[in-house]
Parts: sequence; C-alpha cells; structure tokens
Amino acid sequence: MFPTPIAQASKPINVAYRIALPISLFIWLLPLLAVMLTSTRSLTDITSGNYWGWPTEFALIENFSTVFLSTPMARYIFNSVVITVPTVAGTILISAMAGFALAKYGFRGNLLLFAMFIAGNFIPFQILMIPVRQLMVDLGMFDSYMSLIVFHIAFQSGFATLFLRNFIKALPHELFEAARVEGANEFQIFLKIVVPLVRPALAALAVLIFTFIWNDYFWALVLVQSDDVRPVTIGLAALRGQWVASWHLISAGSLVAALPPVIMFFAMQKHFIQGLTLGATKG
Amino acid sequence: MADLTAAQPTLGLTVHLSFVERNQKWMAPAVFLAPALFMFLVFVVNPIIQSIAVSLTEWDGLGPKEFIGLDNYRELFDDPVFYTAIRNNIIWLVLFMLAPAAGLAIALFLNQKVLGIRLVKSLFFFPFVISSVVVGLVFAWFYDPNFGILGRVLEGIGLEAIPVLSDENWVTYGIIVAALWPQVAYTMILYLTGLNNLNPEVIEAGRIDGAKGWSMLWNVILPQLRPATFIAVVVTVIGALRSFDLVAVMTAGGPFSSSTVLAYYMFEQSIFNFRMGYGAAIATVLFVIMGVYIAFFLWRMLREEH
Repeated sequence: MFPTPIAQASKPINVAYRIALPISLFIWLLPLLAVMLTSTRSLTDITSGNYWGWPTEFALIENFSTVFLSTPMARYIFNSVVITVPTVAGTILISAMAGFALAKYGFRGNLLLFAMFIAGNFIPFQILMIPVRQLMVDLGMFDSYMSLIVFHIAFQSGFATLFLRNFIKALPHELFEAARVEGANEFQIFLKIVVPLVRPALAALAVLIFTFIWNDYFWALVLVQSDDVRPVTIGLAALRGQWVASWHLISAGSLVAALPPVIMFFAMQKHFIQGLTLGATKG
Repeated sequence: MADLTAAQPTLGLTVHLSFVERNQKWMAPAVFLAPALFMFLVFVVNPIIQSIAVSLTEWDGLGPKEFIGLDNYRELFDDPVFYTAIRNNIIWLVLFMLAPAAGLAIALFLNQKVLGIRLVKSLFFFPFVISSVVVGLVFAWFYDPNFGILGRVLEGIGLEAIPVLSDENWVTYGIIVAALWPQVAYTMILYLTGLNNLNPEVIEAGRIDGAKGWSMLWNVILPQLRPATFIAVVVTVIGALRSFDLVAVMTAGGPFSSSTVLAYYMFEQSIFNFRMGYGAAIATVLFVIMGVYIAFFLWRMLREEH
C-alpha cells in the first residue's frame, strides 16, 4: 500500500491526519454546503445581505414549496425522467448486442467498427449540432422528448459498446463453445449466457449513463425549446434568469436538480466507480 | 424449399435446418450489430460529413444553402473573436492539466484505512456527479462582487473585490477554476482505483532498496499508475476542449466575447446569429484539433489489442 499506512506513523501524525481529513473535506465541499445553507434562508436574510452568516430563521419548507409551486420545476424533473430512463434502457439494449458481436465474432472490419465506436465518443458535440438539429426538424421530432432520446441513445451507444465489448471479451470462450455444443443458437447464447454474466457491467453502465443524460445541457439547448419538454438543467438555467438575485430559491432549485444523480451515485456507488474507472487499472 | 435443400444426414438422423439456423453463424453478428451501427451512422458519422459540407456554404438554417468554397475559413482567420476563442481554449488545456496532478495528490492523501474513509472518498467525488449547470450557478454566485464570498474574503484581507466574471482579464480563469472542481474529482477517483491495484510486492522490493517518499512515488508508484495517468490525461484534454456548459451558464462568452471558447463561439454563431455555415467552419476547426488527440488515443488503445 502506498502511501505507508498511517497506522504505522507516530501518534501526533495520526491525530493530525484525522483532524486534516474533515477540514479538507469541508473546504472541498464548501460550494455545496453554502448552497445547502442558502436554500434554508429566508427572504429577509437575502435582502439584508446575510449570505454567509448563520441564517436568522429557517425557511427550508417555504423555499422548496416556492420552487415547486410557482415554477415549472416539477415538470422539468418529470421531463428529465422521461428523457433519461428510455435513453438508458435503449442504449444498454443496443450496446449489449453490438458489444457481444464485436467481442465474440471474428469478421472483417471488426476492429475498424470498434475503433469507430471509440472515436465517436470523443468528438466535439459541435461538429454534430447543425445536421442533427436539421435531421430532427426533418423527422418531425424537433422540440420533443423523442429528439433527445433518439440522439442520446445513438451517441451513448459509442461509449457503452466500447465498455461492454471489453467486458464480454473477458468472458471465457469455452462457455460459448459448450453452449453451442448443447445446441443453443446465437440468440439464446446472448440472452441466456451473455446477459446474465454481464449484469454488473450493465448496472455500472446504467448509473453512468443516467448521470450523463440527466446532467446534459448542450443537447437540451439545441434540440428542445418549450417548457413542456425541457429537462431540469435547462429549466434551472432559465429560472436563474427570472430569479436574478433570489439566491435562496436558486439554491433550492439547484439542490432539487442535483439530487437524483446524487442518490443514484450513493445507491450504486460500487458500480458507478467500476464503470468510470474502466481501463484505469490495466493496459 | 429451404427445408429440402437443408436436409442433412447427421448420425443417421435427418435434421431439418431452417434458413435462420443454417445462416446464423454470419447473420448473428450482423443482426446484433445492426441497431447500434445504424444509429451511430445516422446520428454521429453522417452528421460529421454533413457539417464539413455545411462549412463550405452560406446558410441561415432555413433558406437555400449557397456554396461559397473556403470563404468561411478565410473570414474565420481574420476574425479576432476566433483568436480569442483559440487562446482561451489553450488556457483551458494548460490549466486543466492541473486536474491529474491535483487528483493524484488528493488520492494519495485519501488512500488510508481509517474510520469513515470510504464515506470521505465518496464525498470528495461528489462534484463530478452534479450537473455543470449547478456548478456554474454556484461559482457565479461565489464570484459575485456584491454578494459573493470571494469579495468578502478579499475585502477581509484589505483588498478590493474583483468582479471576476465581468472582468476580461479574470473571467476565463474564474470559469476554469469552477470547471476544475468536478474534473479533479474525476481524476482523483481514477487514481484511487489505480492505487488500490498497486502490486504490493513491487512496493516491498522498492522499500528494501531504500526507496521512500518522493523517490518511491516517482520511481515505483508512478510507473505502476501509468494506465490511470493515461486515462486521466485523455479525459482531461477532451474535457478542456469540450468546455461549453460552464461558459454558457456563467458568462455566455462575455464580457464582449472575452471568455468564449471554440465550442461556445460555434453555438453562438449558429443559433443566435443564424450563421450555420460559419458555425460549421468553427466546429470543423475544433473537430480537427480534437482529431489529433482522438487519433493518438485510438492508436494507444488499439495497440493493446494486438
């Protein structure tokens, strides 16, 4: 283990480390803590300029009900869910299939297709923006949930295919041979062998894509424009324009927008980190 | 018809194979690949080609496209805002390289086994999970000269509050600091995973050879962390060049385009000024710059396949 375990160091160093830990965490998360505290402030504090002291009174419930009752925040959250969930499901479905094909079948152009999926991951969104927007207009999907769902599935399938292909490739080849000898066809092999075995990878991918899509700002800006379909990232940015300096409301709104991925992260932490650190240990 | 030709004697039994069964060996991968490949070709590959084509035209997004050859590029190379954007992109790239270093430092700091360390690690990772819109709003508020904490702190130590986001000299740095917050969290988690997978025998051997502290880190640990460093640098370069959200949320490229980057300038020209051809030309330049990194990354990844 590196650095040397602190337990082997002297007592003062141990004590110092344990004190430094919460202090550094406090400083690191200061932006978030400030937002949390501000979301409980009352309008009095905001108008009197008490932004950084202790709140004179707590208005947590008032602030959150203002956010939900006098703005379309609930609708934005709903829209984000409607966009995110089908995207995650669709991406995982088509990428598991493509990942399997690239991992376990040798055919000409296999590596070339794989390279295409990897490269697609890293291209700047701007090179896609104008044609994709135009295509959505032509398909009659502009300013609808479908435009975001369809595009996100297509784009995320690059990363997801790369991820699942590597995972499936590591499965022992004998497993597939044995299934073929038993008389299973290729589609049964996919459903009965591949899918159950890659379930942890699917979970990792699901939380990761959920977070990416939930936090997407650019494509929502480009492909939708009405409040009926706007996700929460755009909604929040728009509300900021209305609220101007009502930081207690902006803070409450920010927390609402940030919460779902945070919950997702805590619930599926192990999977999340496994997905994100793909490739960080080997190669 | 298929049944007649497919009847094959095996072990004395006549097995009738359907068309699907006879052809599944080559059909299976094709069927499995088809949906992802179709989506990717339609919504990713083809738009790249179309964008490059649009960059050779004058187009407002509604009327007919007029072919103008390389005029957009000629205009671009005379456009001072384009050079501001390039300069800012370079500043982003250079300062973003602090992220792997800071991520490694925090990972080394947190790689201990004490009570509650797992929770501390997760909380350190938090900024990465939060939407960049929220990060942008929070930092914009921090920097506000009237109600931000930065102003208070500066006044507290006897300096004047800096209106970071409305000062041409500070604005890009202010946005980059905000962007580094989640980026450092990302590289930190990459290094924590790398540190978890160190080979204890190599470390022991290093200790016996008298390596410790910096020499241990430099000669024994860092070489083992190379895969993590590679990924950290790649995602950081891509992150720096893709910077859009924070610029859009915090300043919309202002004041007077002084904080714009290629990604934002392209968006501004296309969506606000209806200059699709010009926007596409900016996007093409950004694409070519990123293409260099993508090619390098691909080469590294595919080399491992052989």
